[in-house]
Amino acid sequence: MLATKTAADNLAQAAPVKGRSLWADARARFFRNRAAVSGLVVLIAVGLFAAIGPFIAPWNYEDIDWAVLGNVREAGRPSLETGHWFGTDALGRDLFARTVQGTQISLMVGIVGALIAVGVGTLYGAVAGFFGGRLDNLMMRIVDVLMSIPYMFVLILLLVVFGRSMLMLFIGIGLVSWLDMARIARGQTLTLRGKEFVEAAQATGVRPFTIIMRHIVPNLLGVVIVYSTLLVPSMIIYESFISFLGLGVQEPLTSWGALINDGAAEMNNGLLWILGFPLFFFVITLFAFFFVGDGLRDALDPKDR
Amino acid sequence: MTTPLLQIDDLSVKFSTPDGTVSAVNGLSFDLDAGETLAIVGESGSGKTQLAFATLGLLARNGRAEGSVRFEGREILNLPDEKLNAIRAEKISMIFQDPMTSLNPFMRVGDQMAEVLQLHKGMSKRRALDESAKMLDAVRIPDAKSRLRMYPHEFSGGMRQRIMIAMSLLCKPKLLIADEPTTALDVTVQAQIMALMADIQRDFGAAIILITHDLGIVAGACERTLVMYGGRVMETGSTDEVFENPTHPYTLGLLKAVPRLDVPQRDLQIIPGDPPDLTALPPGCPFTARCPLAHEPCPKIMPKLETVTGTHLRACHADMEDVT
Amino acid sequence: MLSYILKRLLIAIPVMLILIVGTFILMYTAPGSPFASERGVPPAVLANLERQYGLDQPFIVQIGSYIWNLVTQFDFGPSFIYRDQDVNDLIAQGFPVTLTYGFWSFVVAVLVGGTLGIVAAVRHNTWLDYLAVGISVGAQVLPNFVLAPILVLVFTLWLGWLPGGGWQGGQLEYIILPVIALSTSFMASIARIARASMLEVLTSNYIRTARAKGLPMRRVVMRHALKPALLPVISYLGPAFVGMITGSVVIDVYFSTGGIGQFFVASALNRDYGVMMGITVLLGALTIFFNLVVDLLYAWIDPKIRY
Repeated sequence: MLATKTAADNLAQAAPVKGRSLWADARARFFRNRAAVSGLVVLIAVGLFAAIGPFIAPWNYEDIDWAVLGNVREAGRPSLETGHWFGTDALGRDLFARTVQGTQISLMVGIVGALIAVGVGTLYGAVAGFFGGRLDNLMMRIVDVLMSIPYMFVLILLLVVFGRSMLMLFIGIGLVSWLDMARIARGQTLTLRGKEFVEAAQATGVRPFTIIMRHIVPNLLGVVIVYSTLLVPSMIIYESFISFLGLGVQEPLTSWGALINDGAAEMNNGLLWILGFPLFFFVITLFAFFFVGDGLRDALDPKDR
Repeated sequence: MTTPLLQIDDLSVKFSTPDGTVSAVNGLSFDLDAGETLAIVGESGSGKTQLAFATLGLLARNGRAEGSVRFEGREILNLPDEKLNAIRAEKISMIFQDPMTSLNPFMRVGDQMAEVLQLHKGMSKRRALDESAKMLDAVRIPDAKSRLRMYPHEFSGGMRQRIMIAMSLLCKPKLLIADEPTTALDVTVQAQIMALMADIQRDFGAAIILITHDLGIVAGACERTLVMYGGRVMETGSTDEVFENPTHPYTLGLLKAVPRLDVPQRDLQIIPGDPPDLTALPPGCPFTARCPLAHEPCPKIMPKLETVTGTHLRACHADMEDVT
Repeated sequence: MLSYILKRLLIAIPVMLILIVGTFILMYTAPGSPFASERGVPPAVLANLERQYGLDQPFIVQIGSYIWNLVTQFDFGPSFIYRDQDVNDLIAQGFPVTLTYGFWSFVVAVLVGGTLGIVAAVRHNTWLDYLAVGISVGAQVLPNFVLAPILVLVFTLWLGWLPGGGWQGGQLEYIILPVIALSTSFMASIARIARASMLEVLTSNYIRTARAKGLPMRRVVMRHALKPALLPVISYLGPAFVGMITGSVVIDVYFSTGGIGQFFVASALNRDYGVMMGITVLLGALTIFFNLVVDLLYAWIDPKIRY
C-alpha cells in the first residue's frame, strides 16, 4: 500500500516531458549553431549596407569625379578625405556608391529569383506528387528533360532576343532554377500524401487543389525555407556570371558580377581596390547565405530528431 | 574449474550526444560457459544491443565502453581493430537485428560470404564459394550454388536472415551473438529461424547469446536467462527458475505481458510508463518510476545482485513475497 | 542492357527536338532582321541577304531545312555576322580547345574531389577532414569568374609563374590556370557530396556487418562502402557537366583560350543568332549524351536498377 503510494509520488516527481513546438525547437537549434548565427549577422549587415548606403554615400553611383579621372591610380585610391571611401573605378565613379548599388541589384536578383524558383517549383512538385500516377510520371519526365538542357545558354539567348531588361533577368533566372525544388517538393509530397490528415481531408471530400494549398504546401514549408536560403546564393552566382560576361545589367547600373569584371580588367594596372571591395561583399554574402542555409537545414531536418 | 568462455565484468557503455551523455549499459556483469545458451531479455532501449556491440568493438563513433570483457581469459574490450579483427567472425560472430539492411545491397551474396573465409582461413575464392554454398545448404536455402550469384534484394527477409546466420557460422565460431534475429520477420518465419538456431547449437556446439525482447522465443531456446533494464541486470538464472519463479517486479511484468494460449481467460497486462530516459538515470534502481513495489531506498540506492537460490540472482529491494 | 540503352536513346531524341525547336522559335521571333544591325544597308540588299540565307521562307520550311541539314550533314547553319565562316567552322576551331581543358577539369574535379571527400569521411574529425571541409566550404563562394581573376593576380601578376591567358596550341602552362579556375568549385561540390554520402554509408548496418566479419577498415571502405558512397557523386556528374560547359564560357572569355565560349559571347553581343543557336544545340546534344552515359554508369553500379 505504502509502496504503491511512493511509486505514484515518484511518477509525479519525474520531470514532465518538455513539450516544445516544432518551430521553437528549430529556433533553439538554429541559435545554438554559431556559424549560422554569424552568417545571419553578416546578412543583416550587408542588407543594412545596401539599404542605407545610398543615404550616407557622399557620391552618386553614376557621376564621374573629374578630379580623379586620368589619375585614378593616385587620386582614386580609397580615402576618407576625398569621400571615395572605397576609391573610384577606372572611370572615376565612386566605388562605394557603386558597390552599394551592385549589392542592391545582386541581392534583389537573388531573392526575387529564388522566390520565383521556389514558388513555381513547390507548386509543380506538390501537384505532381499529390496526383501521382501518369500525371506525376509525365511532369517529372518533363523536369528530367529540362534538367539535361544547358539552361544558361538558353537564358543568354533569351536575354539577347528579348533585350537585356532587369525583369527578363529576374524571370529568366527564376524560371531555369525551379527544377530542383520541384523534385524535392514532389518527394516530400509523396510521403505527406500517405499521412492521416491528408487522407482525412480527402475522405471528407475536400477539393484536391484546396488540399494541396491548405495541407501539403504548409507542410513543405521547412524544406522550402531551407532550399530557398541555399538557392539565393546560386541565383546571385548566376546573375553575376551573366553580368561578368557583360550580358546582364546594363551601365550605369551594376551588380557584383559586373563590378568583379571591371575590377578584374583593372587588376593589371594595380588598381586592386576595384576588384577587392566588390569581391569582399560577394564572398562574405555567399558565405553567410550558405551558413544560414546549413544552419536552417540542421535545425529543420526531421531526420536529426 | 575452467575459465568461462566469456566474462563480462562491470561493463558500462556511454554515448555522448548533443542532449547529454546516454548511459546505455551500467556496470553489467555475467559469465558464459562454452556451449552455453543465454538469453538477454529486456525492452528496447535497455542496452542489450549496445552490450553486444561493445563486446565486438562495434560501437558507434560517439560510444565509449568501460570495464572488462574477457574472451577465453583474454581481455578484448577496447582492443584496437587490428587485434579484434582476428576474433571477429573467427571466434565470435554476430547476427544482426535487421536482415533487410545488414547485408550489403551492392555485393553478391556469395562474395559477401566468401570474403570471410578468404580472410580468416586463407581460402581461395573458389573454395570459399564452395564452402559458402555448403553453409547455405546447412541453413536450408535450396539451390544454394546458384543463389550465391544473387544480390540481397532478390531474397525475402527470412532468407536474408538465413544467409546472415550461414555467414556467421562460416568459421565455426565459439560464440554466436544473435541480436533480435527474428524481430523483423513474420511469426512463421520466426519459428523456422529459432528451430534453425537450435539445430546450429546442437551441430556446431557454439555458445549462443540470444538478445531479445520476446520472452515467447526464449523459453524453448535458452538454458539461462538474464533480464536487463536501464542497462543493468535485474534478474538472472536458469530459464526455468526465472520463468517459473520470477523474483523481480520487472520480470514479472514482462511475463504477464506475454500472451498465452495455455492459461484461459487472463487479461493481458502491460507495464505502465515508458522505458527510462538514459540521459538521466536515477542513482538507484532504473525501474523505480514504473515499479508497483517501489519504496523508500529504490530511487537512491541500486540494489545489489543477490542470490535467491543457487544460480538464481536478483537485484531488488522489495520483499520476495510481494513479487507475485 | 542493350534495350535499356536504346530506350534511353529514344527518350533523348524528343529532348533534342524540343531544344532545337525551342531555340529556333526564339531566334525566329526575335525582333528585326539579323542583318539590321548593320546600318545603311539598302532594303534591296537586305532582302537579297535574307533570301540568300533562306530567311524569307515560311517558318516550317526554315526549321525543317535546319534540322535536315543538322541530322544529315551535321551542318549547324550559317553565321549571320561572319560571312565567310559558318557555325561548323567556328566549332571546328573552338571545340577542341574547350574539350581539352574541359576534359582535364572534369578529371581533376572528380579524382581530387572524390578522393578528398572519401578520405575526409574515413578520417572523420581529424585535420584531414577539417581541411577537406574547409576547402569545400571555401570553394563554394569562389565560382570560376571569381577564382579566375584571383588566380591570375597571384600566379601571373605577383608570382609570375604562369601565363594569364592565351592557348598556344594547348601547352601545359597555358592549361593549368583555366583547369584550376574551372574545376575548383565542382571539385569542392564533389568532395562535399562524397564526404556526406560516405559518412552516411559508414554508419549503415551492412558496414557494421562487414566490420563484424573482421575485415580491416581499408577493405571495408574499398569493397563495401565505396560503391554505395559514389552513387550520389555519379548523380551529380550530370549537373557538374552542365556547370562546366557553362563555366567554360567564362574561361574562354577571361583567359582568351579561343574555345567555343568565346564565340558564344561574341555572338551574343553581336546578336549573331545563327552562331548562338548552333552552339546551344551542340552543347545540348553533348549534355544529353553525357547524361545518358551517367545513367548507364549508375545502372551498372546499382544492382537494384533493372534494365
